[in-house]
Amino acid sequence: MNNPASLARRRLLSGNEAIALGAWEAGVRYAAAYPGTPSTEILPALAAYAEVKAEWASNEKVALDSVIGASFAGGRALAAMKHVGVNVASDSLMSLSYTGVGAGLVLVSADDPGAFSSQNEQDNRHFARFGKFPCLEPSDSQEAKDFTVFAFDLSERFDTPVMVRSTTRLSHSKSPVKVRMPDDHWEREPLPPFERKPGKYVMIPAHARLRHPEVEARLEAIAEYAETCPLNRVEWGDKRIGVISDGISYQYAREVFAGFSFLKLGMVYPLPEGMIREFASAVDTLVVVEELDPFVEGQVRAMGLDVIGKEVFPRTDELTLERVREGAAKAGLPIEESRQPEQPAAEELTIPGRPPALCPGCPHRSVYFSLRKLKLLVSGDIGCYAIGVLPPFEAMDMLISMGASIGMAHGAKQAGCPDDIVATIGDSTFFHTGLPELANTIYNAGAACTMILDNRTTAMTGGQEHPGTGVTLQGETTHKIDIESVVRALGVDDLWVVDAMDVEAVEEAIREAIAIDDRPTVVLVEGECVFVPGFKRRPVVAVDQDVCNGCGFCFRVGCPAILKADEIDEKTERPKAEIDPLLCTGCTVCLQVCPRGAIYETEGEEA
Amino acid sequence: MKDVINFLFVGVGGQGILTASDIAAGVGLEAGYEAKKSEVHGFSQRGGVVESHVRWGEHVAAPIAEKATVDFLIALEVLESARWIDWLRPGGAVFINRQRIAPMTVTVGDAVYPSEQEILKAVRVRTDDVTLVDGLGIAEELGDARMTNTVLLGALSSRLAVKPEAWLTVIERRIPPRYVEMNRRAFEAGRRVAG
Repeated sequence: MNNPASLARRRLLSGNEAIALGAWEAGVRYAAAYPGTPSTEILPALAAYAEVKAEWASNEKVALDSVIGASFAGGRALAAMKHVGVNVASDSLMSLSYTGVGAGLVLVSADDPGAFSSQNEQDNRHFARFGKFPCLEPSDSQEAKDFTVFAFDLSERFDTPVMVRSTTRLSHSKSPVKVRMPDDHWEREPLPPFERKPGKYVMIPAHARLRHPEVEARLEAIAEYAETCPLNRVEWGDKRIGVISDGISYQYAREVFAGFSFLKLGMVYPLPEGMIREFASAVDTLVVVEELDPFVEGQVRAMGLDVIGKEVFPRTDELTLERVREGAAKAGLPIEESRQPEQPAAEELTIPGRPPALCPGCPHRSVYFSLRKLKLLVSGDIGCYAIGVLPPFEAMDMLISMGASIGMAHGAKQAGCPDDIVATIGDSTFFHTGLPELANTIYNAGAACTMILDNRTTAMTGGQEHPGTGVTLQGETTHKIDIESVVRALGVDDLWVVDAMDVEAVEEAIREAIAIDDRPTVVLVEGECVFVPGFKRRPVVAVDQDVCNGCGFCFRVGCPAILKADEIDEKTERPKAEIDPLLCTGCTVCLQVCPRGAIYETEGEEA
Repeated sequence: MKDVINFLFVGVGGQGILTASDIAAGVGLEAGYEAKKSEVHGFSQRGGVVESHVRWGEHVAAPIAEKATVDFLIALEVLESARWIDWLRPGGAVFINRQRIAPMTVTVGDAVYPSEQEILKAVRVRTDDVTLVDGLGIAEELGDARMTNTVLLGALSSRLAVKPEAWLTVIERRIPPRYVEMNRRAFEAGRRVAG
């Protein structure tokens, strides 16, 4: 138990909040990010500090580029993104390693083992090795804060970008963090004039060739430093087993291998080879517990050390206590066995799945309902509308990365695909990478139809502003880029602008657009996400039980507010529909599709 | 880990699970424990299953408990109690809000929502310690359906040594001032139901 005085200064923070706090404590002047689970909450937490300029960038590369500029200009800067966001930013990242930094530069990569909210499970520790810069991996929120502060110092000491790698389980777990007193703030002073160093900052081939040896020398210097780096530590225990672990994996290992010896790596690249050899020689059996790829294990094996690793621990999905325990048991290690019962309790029960669904009132509903009805080939994108692939819509045939819907639709058409094809993309996604993709379709006289689903927010990640909303991350009013004008300026004359809540208009626009097969078309569907502040609910709709015959057509709009009633229609012998008035937003999509006119608007007050 | 109390909050996106688990973690810290909590955001949240782990103890390493070690399973939706029951340690306590939210798979006719008896039968394979709470009904009666989670926290609190004042302190901190009094009543109502 802690005494009350120390308690008053401990707060439960998520890994993301702790990273933001650490960046602020380190005096970060500028931070930029594109929202992406599980990294999203870092920037809003930083935006709360008046000393910090914090921005939503239009994509991750733009975020990193802006942060590079800030660093070159002498201001500490941080970019945050999800793992796949680093792919977008990697063009600049690889050469940033060559230029090094001005003031400290930290890139936060929030990986998603388990792919809770992502299109893949890539392990971004590889980027550190690929780009030859250090990677720090905190194991709880306290470390997330401390390591972020440390990362800025490390960046300046070795003139290198530093990656702080988080994972979903770290970013979205809360644990106690010692918080400095609120009067501990710092002042934002103007920077001195830019220090011009073209040999370092201008990566023409002649300069790049000269920088490359510097990068190699730097990496060696950091590797040597890793041996004494305070983020790497040995915790001696029973020496029959020695566990090397990093990040959140360390927490699972610490419980499963309680009492044994640990080498906890806070810096996972470059590795402290001497420290690892010494640790290995002191223990009987060496084990590496890490999530996803055998990143540490491979390097330890390359040192010629014998180790237990991915032959027992999974390479896929996130680790859990049971997965670490199962792996240890498989390797015959002397740890406490699992207490899991062999038979599931609900063995005889079929538990229906509960896949995600479009929210009641979602403006995407009419689009996927129509796409399904028209049986079109649909090229999808990253966002809430990916739910369009699930029942009852099942109206998505490809999805690979942000912005890709437009290019995939274009390529399919150019290759001679006979199907009528539609690309669907969101507003935030359109600004992310949709713009160059649409420019490409127009330039190459492609014939695909692009549907831009403008719900006035970055919805999937919880409703962030973007270049089309007219508001910045820190709440300032700014120029609102009008998508319709952009599309027209790009040269699309065949453009339909429709209200998302008008099902017939949406369907009609799609029909007309796909009828054109010799030039690009765009259908801009406008309708606010229910989570946009100020979203207006309309009077809820209800089902007239005397008229409904249980045809089930309204169930096909996939609205969580539409339920099966207990009442069965005598003729059809099917359950009638009813609407949950707590969930309904009065969007009327179900009312518009009901063939019997059984759904009506109530007189409820507009909230 | 020895001497760790494990909680698992489960339900459907939008039921206030993250708020409830935030409060439970805060109470742990308030009571002098090291507390950790874990949750998942994003795609899976849109009307899908939501789960959040909370752990209290002198030392807590992993932010999520191991299967079959959860001491308190708090299900804000009936079906979810069965989906997560294997996380409960044998004989652990289960609190179920008697609210049924049909998944899309059921509404479109691909699956059937089991009866409450069938669900409870599965739950009782692991424990007899089951508390059914009409959380939604109580919350609506007190003025706001969104307080269902607070009613369940009240019920849960009756089984822990931590004083109710500690819970209310944390609830006050977490909830906008104009809802505090309502939530206090919801919490106390939940406490009475289970007590």
